[in-house]
Amino acid sequence: MSKDIRIKRGLDIRLKGSAEKVLSQAPVPGVYAVQPTDFTGITPKLLVKEGEHVLAGAPLFYSKDDERVRFSSPVSGEIAAIVRGAKRKLLAIHILPDKEQKFAEFKRPDGSDREALIALLLESGMWPFIRQRPYAVIANPSDAPKSIHISCFNTEPLAADVDFVVSGSEEDFQEGLKAMKMLTSGKVHLNVDGSVPVNSLFEKAEGIQLNRFKGPHPAGNVGVQIHHVEPINKGEVVWYAYPQDVVAIGRLMRTGKADFSKVVALAGHSLQQRKYFKALPGTPVKSFTDGQELNGDHRVISGTVLTGNKAGMDGYLGFYHSEITVIPEGEEPEFFGWLIPDPTKFSNSRTLPSWLMPRKEYALDTNMHGEERAFVVTGEYEKVFPFDIYPVQLLKSILVEDIEKMEQLGIYEVAEEDFALCEVVCTSKLPVQSMVRKGLDMVRKELS
Amino acid sequence: MKAIHNLFEKVKPSFTEGGKWEKFFPVYDAFETFAFVPGHSAQSGAHIRDGVDLKRTMVTVIMAMTPALLFGMWNVGLQHYKALGVADQMAFLDLMLFGAWKVLPMVVVSYAVGLGIEFIFAIINKHSINEGYLVSGMLIPLVMPVDIPLWMVAVSTVFAVVIGKEVFGGTGMNILNPALTARAFAFFAYPSWMSGDKVWVNTGGEAVVDGYSGATILGNLATTGQAGTAYADWGIAEMIIGTIPGSIGETSKIAILLGAMILLITGVASWRIMFFSAVGALTMGLIFNAFAEYAISPEQQAFMAVPYWQHLIIGSWAFATVFMATDPVSGAQTEKGKIWYGFFIGFFGIMIRVFNPAYPEGMMLAILLMNVFAPLIDHYVVEANIKRRAKRLKLANA
Repeated sequence: MSKDIRIKRGLDIRLKGSAEKVLSQAPVPGVYAVQPTDFTGITPKLLVKEGEHVLAGAPLFYSKDDERVRFSSPVSGEIAAIVRGAKRKLLAIHILPDKEQKFAEFKRPDGSDREALIALLLESGMWPFIRQRPYAVIANPSDAPKSIHISCFNTEPLAADVDFVVSGSEEDFQEGLKAMKMLTSGKVHLNVDGSVPVNSLFEKAEGIQLNRFKGPHPAGNVGVQIHHVEPINKGEVVWYAYPQDVVAIGRLMRTGKADFSKVVALAGHSLQQRKYFKALPGTPVKSFTDGQELNGDHRVISGTVLTGNKAGMDGYLGFYHSEITVIPEGEEPEFFGWLIPDPTKFSNSRTLPSWLMPRKEYALDTNMHGEERAFVVTGEYEKVFPFDIYPVQLLKSILVEDIEKMEQLGIYEVAEEDFALCEVVCTSKLPVQSMVRKGLDMVRKELS
Repeated sequence: MKAIHNLFEKVKPSFTEGGKWEKFFPVYDAFETFAFVPGHSAQSGAHIRDGVDLKRTMVTVIMAMTPALLFGMWNVGLQHYKALGVADQMAFLDLMLFGAWKVLPMVVVSYAVGLGIEFIFAIINKHSINEGYLVSGMLIPLVMPVDIPLWMVAVSTVFAVVIGKEVFGGTGMNILNPALTARAFAFFAYPSWMSGDKVWVNTGGEAVVDGYSGATILGNLATTGQAGTAYADWGIAEMIIGTIPGSIGETSKIAILLGAMILLITGVASWRIMFFSAVGALTMGLIFNAFAEYAISPEQQAFMAVPYWQHLIIGSWAFATVFMATDPVSGAQTEKGKIWYGFFIGFFGIMIRVFNPAYPEGMMLAILLMNVFAPLIDHYVVEANIKRRAKRLKLANA
């Protein structure tokens, strides 16, 4: 039984610089970096020392709150450096890869033993692929989730095309899906794009619930999908993963090796050559942009322009990201920028001429186009926020740290990525995503 | 452009920490950010941002008010020369110049006083100067009668900005609409300058034509039950075009409609508030029409019998609905709440106007009243959402 769901509110921001659907191999870099900061809400505890040799799939660190949750090296090689920041915060583990990659071997469980499967995922470092709502953090292996959701399309601007990145991994995907079905006594939901013919990979999958979503971004956000299929109540837990994560888990099930490789889009109008690469998380940005000239100041983002992290030219591909996006920095003051109806600016409000050109592709930079102010304009978040939730009221309850009100207003159903568009369109330029994360952390701490 | 930027860069050190005028940084900052939107890039969260900011929003509102301001100036000239009986001999430019001579000083006083206070508070509280007053500063002269002394404009502005806004924390935090706070203050502090039939038309103390009356239509309706007098029989056309006495910006429904269109097309103002304010006003008008025969006096009976739709073109309903009720800060903030908020503004505005001859301008009081009730309306709207969620949880656990 498939379900059709139409998302009405939202916004597709058309950007120049999408990646051409050509797959190439990134040159093997001299160093990889595993960054504990990729994982929201964990405190890392190191398991390795500088100079030590590790296999691909061997643990590097674990979570202080739950020792079972381990994080593995994507490559075999020597630990070159352990980078720490202020207060000795663990920032990155640099690994020099071996010429010949050696994988740690894991014993595959037979039959349908859920506990053995969870143990394998934890041991191999594949567990962090499985995340949970509420809070959008790594799932707790002791929980029994109500269901598992897999968002099979991404509506963010310049996001990697999911159909393209999973093509050729059919077998691994189906195998991974079997593992997903073992993890929950509830349903596994495949949430697909209803506006295009469904990829046979998802359509052929058995024993799952197929939900077709139509509409603008954030229709591809798993939070929106869960909200429209089965909104999360207090005390409930829903797990989620993305198709490439399922492929990696499937590969582990088939081969017994923790191979974290995935397909990554290189996008953004700063670059002349934009295509897809097969790569490992922790690959330096430079091995993707190799040889491309960048004049002036540019921002290299691991992830998309809405939710990615600032990586910098010397940065690395994040664990959860399937895109490297490069756009120009916008640090030029704009002479009477608030008065001139500049057609190169994008706006969801109709105070600038962009609404007259709905099909136009924009070449946007990182400029804020204004300064931070208190909440003034009303109704603008609601236009891009397809939840039965009052976004401004929820944000205000976070500002005053009223946990009970946050619960009442639906904080369990959202994550910062669901508010990304609110942040983009905000007239008052408020840091909405970090506010939401603050609220989620507050509630999580209070309830743990 | 580069030269101006260099100039700002040159004087900047005096205003930054350790500089001679360090304390006045907010003032410097206001001027710099007025000329140049700062080249700040997104540091957290989304890496691309919408081109709109509060300055752009506010300037859009000011553009929407411009037709009403220009017409208001012309009409001040027209009413003046008409009272003197020489309107026919005056050219368009004469009317315009006379109006500008009367109105522009009020605009200047309102901006100078209001922004001055904003600057002082920004310096004391060390925050940057907010754009909100750019709109309030224009609204204040537009809702005043032309003959009000400038010092009253100044005092009302001080009251509105300090008590109406800054004590709550500035733009975005205020409960009442600042421009209406200024008008209400003037109305109750100096009633003889804010009502009656002497203040709406500037006669400059010169000899007026026989039978002259400077009363507004609402004033006439409240006292005689008739819209016009022997001096001028105001018809529908005058009410719509706006060649009638009244507060400076409120008279021309065409100019206001132009502004409304700018606000609605750009989406800056809520169509819900405007539309439901009309629904509320028409509802009240219909109720009055139906019950006119039960009025307590013949004047009131005539006033209640005014065709319900005419309330939309009499007095300040249109101006208040388009420019005052739609203030996002002091109005209801939820989309459902805006429906009720708008409806009651229209409903109570017409009720106060007809029932209470002492306050012919019911819209001002209706909006201030609903400003106070807006949080309550929102509370019930949000509460319904909370209840829905609580019920879902109960069902899930049942």
